[in-house]
Amino acid sequence: MKEHRFTSLILAAATQYLLPLLLFLSVDILLRGHNKPGGGFMGGIMGASALALYFMAHDARSVRRILRIHPRYFLAIGLLAAAVSGLLPLFFGKPFMTGIWWDRHLPVIGMVGTPLLFDVGVYNVVVGVIMTIFLTLMENR
Amino acid sequence: MSASPLIWPLLVPLLTAIGLLFLWRRPSWHRWVGLAGAFGLLAAGLFLLRTVMTEGVTTATIGGWPAPYGIVLAADRLSAALVAVAGLLGTAVHLFSISGVDARREAYGYYPALHLMLMGVCGAFVAGDIFNLYVWFEVLLMASFMLLELGGERIQLEAAIKYLALNLLASAVFLSGVGFLYGFAGSLNMADLAGRLAQRGPSPLSNGVAMLFLLAFGTKAALFPFFFWLPASYHAPPAPISAVFAGLLTKVGVYALYRTFTLMFVADVAFTHGWLMILAGLTMVIGLLGAVVQEDLRRVLSFNLVGHIGFMVLGLGLFTPLALAGGIFYTIHDMIDITILFLIAGVVHRETGRWRMESLGGFYDRAPFLSLLFLLAAFSLSGIPPLSGFWGKLALIRAALAREQYLATAAALAATFLTLLSMAQVWEAVFWKDRPAADPEPADALRPTRWEKVFQMTPIVGLTLVSLAMGLFPEPFFRYAEAAARGLLEPSAYILAVLGGTP
Repeated sequence: MKEHRFTSLILAAATQYLLPLLLFLSVDILLRGHNKPGGGFMGGIMGASALALYFMAHDARSVRRILRIHPRYFLAIGLLAAAVSGLLPLFFGKPFMTGIWWDRHLPVIGMVGTPLLFDVGVYNVVVGVIMTIFLTLMENR
Repeated sequence: MSASPLIWPLLVPLLTAIGLLFLWRRPSWHRWVGLAGAFGLLAAGLFLLRTVMTEGVTTATIGGWPAPYGIVLAADRLSAALVAVAGLLGTAVHLFSISGVDARREAYGYYPALHLMLMGVCGAFVAGDIFNLYVWFEVLLMASFMLLELGGERIQLEAAIKYLALNLLASAVFLSGVGFLYGFAGSLNMADLAGRLAQRGPSPLSNGVAMLFLLAFGTKAALFPFFFWLPASYHAPPAPISAVFAGLLTKVGVYALYRTFTLMFVADVAFTHGWLMILAGLTMVIGLLGAVVQEDLRRVLSFNLVGHIGFMVLGLGLFTPLALAGGIFYTIHDMIDITILFLIAGVVHRETGRWRMESLGGFYDRAPFLSLLFLLAAFSLSGIPPLSGFWGKLALIRAALAREQYLATAAALAATFLTLLSMAQVWEAVFWKDRPAADPEPADALRPTRWEKVFQMTPIVGLTLVSLAMGLFPEPFFRYAEAAARGLLEPSAYILAVLGGTP
């Protein structure tokens, strides 16, 4: 499909630098979410908006190239991560979805535990859902 | 692994759906992986049923946070039986889907959506707090919306808009009811709320909130003034989807009514349950009057479905042990029987390409065995002894007479005759009369292959056997229903199990 649309050279050039920055920011929001405002949902929304910005400057195909896999697999991976975070405590003899923390404090990431895995799952689901809807609509115009 | 039996009916469909999402590019695998998941759900349901039968009310606290602060899953006998039946119907419909759903729908995620819907249904049956119940309703609503419009035919989109609009409206009412309840009682845990509402006694406020819940669940269960969305949407999707909607979705609304109106809103029974009884009577008569005048085979069945919801709610409205037991027995019977009827309608459509009854006919010559199965299910639905529908109706009518509710009795009897009339019409039009001579076989009618026939008939025969067992040996089933009814009328065991030792 040939796309007839106006693309700003400035926006296209700026997005090359903005995209990694925004994605990093979205991951930061995801990681700090346990004790401060943020979390998987907000981070996911930010990550999806960064990709949407990239789409505006370029086109749908280049967004797909960045994602590498079809966005619906992000959905599947996210759901799997959330389900595993719920199942892990069962192996330690605790009730379903109990938070288990590793008692080491890692640099940058902070505390690691099943709630973080759940948030990573939410992040992936949000990115997957938004990008699936977004790309489907944009490619069918 | 020391997992509570309660989480498996939720996890098995979730994990199945996740697996199917990973296998998105291989839709031909979906049916088999999904089928394994469906059997897993059936096993999980039966395991839960066995646990509840031996150990009484089973609960699980999510994340180890105790009630009433954390989220609790709880199953008493009613919940466990419904989860097991959901597994049974899920498996049956899955088997039928293997020949009844086209490759395009399969490729666009039919099976993942089916499993997510089953998860939502099971979640609603075991939710221990009212906000969670709302969330599970949303889960099943979203998945069912996807199933309803999957394929994107014109009739489906029209149906999906009506379905979505009215169900979202009901959800909004439900949510505001939850908000009011939390505002004046200060809890969301249903067992905790039971105690708090009992302390306050009857008040206009609690009656008002009860009416909000009646409106919300009444819409979802398709009770009389709110049922219009159901016949306007259930005839649109392919047969297995209609069948699983008919068997499961409205019954979740019925279950929610049973749960809330036996546990929480019992302070002013004369008012709340009086309304339930009036609505039940009107639903029976008006739903089945609608069935008698319909032309489209699936719309006839949809109106029958609506009418029979009235019987289940009548049991709740009468609010005696016998009536509740009859209502529970009737619910289980109806879930199975109405699914059989929808599946048989699916077979009829597949072989003839028609839904309108006037252009159908001669099916008895063509498939005598299927016709016999239809006759069994139809008689059972109409309440001919010794089939399963009879025992539920008998208990309900006896309970209505014992409470001297002669109008309700008359409505139930009238509804029974109307069901028989409607089923006789279907029998006459679809199976008995000659095929219209000047009607050429339409292009999309297909003779099924041998394997397709196996996948069509196995679920129908299997469900018919269960239904026959319920009719011919009603004793154990009815005793179970009586125990479930006692648990609903004397909810102290449920409340104690959910709240643990805390007062």
